[in-house]
Amino acid sequence: MNIQFRENLEAASLPTTKTAIADCDIHPARATRTELYPYLAKRWQHHLEVYGVHAYQGMMEGPPYPKAQPNASRRDAYPPEGGPQGSSLSFMQKQLLDPNNVQLGVLNPLNSGQGIRNHELSAALCSAINDWQIDKWTSKDKRLKASIVVGNEDGLSAAAEIRERAGDKNFVQVLLLSRNVEPLGQRRYWPIYQAAEEAGLPVGVHAFGFGGNPITPSGWPSYYIEEMVGHSQCQQSALASLVLEGVFERFPKLKMVMIEAGFGWAPSLAWRLDKTWQRLRSEVPHVKRPPSEYIREQVWWTTQPMEDPERREDLFDVINWIGWDRLLFATDYPHWDYDEPSRVLPAGVSDDNREAFYLGNAKKLYGIA
Amino acid sequence: MASLIAGGVDCDVHPAVPHLTSLLPYLNDYWRDQVTTRGMVDLVSQSYPPNSPIVARPDWRPETGKPGERLEDMQRHVLDPFQLKLAICNPLYGVQMVFSEDLQAAFCRALNAWLAKEWLDRDKRLRGSIVIPTQSVEKAVAEIERCAQDKRFVQVLMLVMGDTPLGKRALWPIYEAAEQHDLPVGIHAGSAYHNPPTAVGWGSYHIEDYVGQAQAFQTQLTSLIVEGVFAKYPRLKMVMLESGVSWISPYLWRLHKFWRGVRMETPWVDRAPLEIVRSNIRFSLQPFDAPPDEATLIRLFDHMQSDELVLFSTDYPHWQFDGQDALPEGLTPDLVRKIMIDNPHATYPRLT
Repeated sequence: MNIQFRENLEAASLPTTKTAIADCDIHPARATRTELYPYLAKRWQHHLEVYGVHAYQGMMEGPPYPKAQPNASRRDAYPPEGGPQGSSLSFMQKQLLDPNNVQLGVLNPLNSGQGIRNHELSAALCSAINDWQIDKWTSKDKRLKASIVVGNEDGLSAAAEIRERAGDKNFVQVLLLSRNVEPLGQRRYWPIYQAAEEAGLPVGVHAFGFGGNPITPSGWPSYYIEEMVGHSQCQQSALASLVLEGVFERFPKLKMVMIEAGFGWAPSLAWRLDKTWQRLRSEVPHVKRPPSEYIREQVWWTTQPMEDPERREDLFDVINWIGWDRLLFATDYPHWDYDEPSRVLPAGVSDDNREAFYLGNAKKLYGIA
Repeated sequence: MASLIAGGVDCDVHPAVPHLTSLLPYLNDYWRDQVTTRGMVDLVSQSYPPNSPIVARPDWRPETGKPGERLEDMQRHVLDPFQLKLAICNPLYGVQMVFSEDLQAAFCRALNAWLAKEWLDRDKRLRGSIVIPTQSVEKAVAEIERCAQDKRFVQVLMLVMGDTPLGKRALWPIYEAAEQHDLPVGIHAGSAYHNPPTAVGWGSYHIEDYVGQAQAFQTQLTSLIVEGVFAKYPRLKMVMLESGVSWISPYLWRLHKFWRGVRMETPWVDRAPLEIVRSNIRFSLQPFDAPPDEATLIRLFDHMQSDELVLFSTDYPHWQFDGQDALPEGLTPDLVRKIMIDNPHATYPRLT
């Protein structure tokens, strides 16, 4: 959690973590409203000026659930040269990458072209943001790697974008959001999984997104905290859909990463899927093995925001049930609920598990030497 | 399996309405005429397809009719062999699914009258839940007031997936009436299907809906807590029925973290979510959605940091376990006593 100045002063007095880490969820931002225009055809520049972006939710400016802080970001993360938090490479280097010894940083751009009703515009914006990630970020700092952002509701154009970027070492995964028009296991999204599997790229599913559905199964809630806590429920439903539609069975080399939705729910969901599948498997004969097996073999989780039990050791039970080889450390920089690398794991974790958690699992998954 | 003890309370059994015609005697002339003239047939929810394996244990499935429609079967299958002192009937009939609040209210009233006459009158061990027409808060409160006169009704029953999140202020008169009458509010698995059954849209399968019940309970707990229901009605108890239990602690760890981070948004929440759950929220035992090993069970109950959260249930006639194995392996005799007897009595003031 970002507790502002006191926290920063305390952090400054601690010995610096020298161990190299991977940060598997960094959010790069645009410094200006028109920063993507050089990567967009004139037609789309005109479209944005005249009509704007119409997502699967009604507001053109401003979130339906106002964040707790501007841009949901740390107040100390505004770059000195101006612009929103996360929009300056040099300040990101100074505030995040250098002091934390980040060896691998995975970029997940948000609000970048997904969840948009005009699917052609969505594809154009996603392609633009992918070019922008290379120009502004990954070509200028080799520690940073990009995610291929794809127009999520049009599986075919999304697959084409993946194929175009396949083999480009700037990119280490495909990025989807958890809330879409349909649950992520549905057939309309299969071309994305097929292309990702062929390209050998994991598919990251980040919390958020607009799909037009009420964000609880009982309608629209009132508060930001409900949206935030609710990301874990959206992610659970998305993962259940992926398992039960047989996506992992059909794409056995596909790897998926659950990003920024917690991981404490994973064992319970897997147990519940297994128990229910024992009863109802005749309805889903394409799910050939217990659901927990697919999850154990093909799913990873980023850590932030880590669940926060009163007794911190309780979380180790959950991690042991998931497997220490399946967690990828992430800060969520520059967002307010940033997890501080030097503080997330208490003493008592073995050196091997600590290394896997902070760096090893990510390097292996993303194919970084 | 841990050993059952005699004199327990089964907090979740499901008597089935054989057919909509079974309710005709409990409808007034107008509604009886509406049902027959307009050719309304049965009200069967997708949440519980009658022939689905999970809806009835093979040895509890009758040769004809719906599972759970005969009192004699319920007596023979659970009330007698489990040596129950009491069992709370939670009818799962699709009355919440119709969109007319008038029709919904008429059906709820008939359903509650049917339950009293055909079940509660016929076996002294049975207690009832008041099914309410949540589309009209006014009519829901009226139904609570009407049924509360009969002390055999021990709780108000709502579905976990309805028209709005359950914490919404418009629903609070329901909670006020429940609290006044010493009625906990039971939130049961199932959807009115007035919204897609997951937060990310419509899935394809029955199994998906069933697995998804747990996520629905999680979002409802968030809603109930952050809207301030328990700050306004501190004596109100809510019972999550057929919710699953293995998700409770990790879910609360997340809710607690975000509450600490953004509690300025909901300043009326006067206690930590963990405390609110420990004092006001309970969960029925079945389906026990954890692996069948003692070590995991011990850790899960330890994570809860309370032995008061779980209430015994068989979920009859649903197929959650075989034989008499309603209690998972690893429960101590003390915890069995809490779950089967002490916790239900502490939760439901009207149980006598």
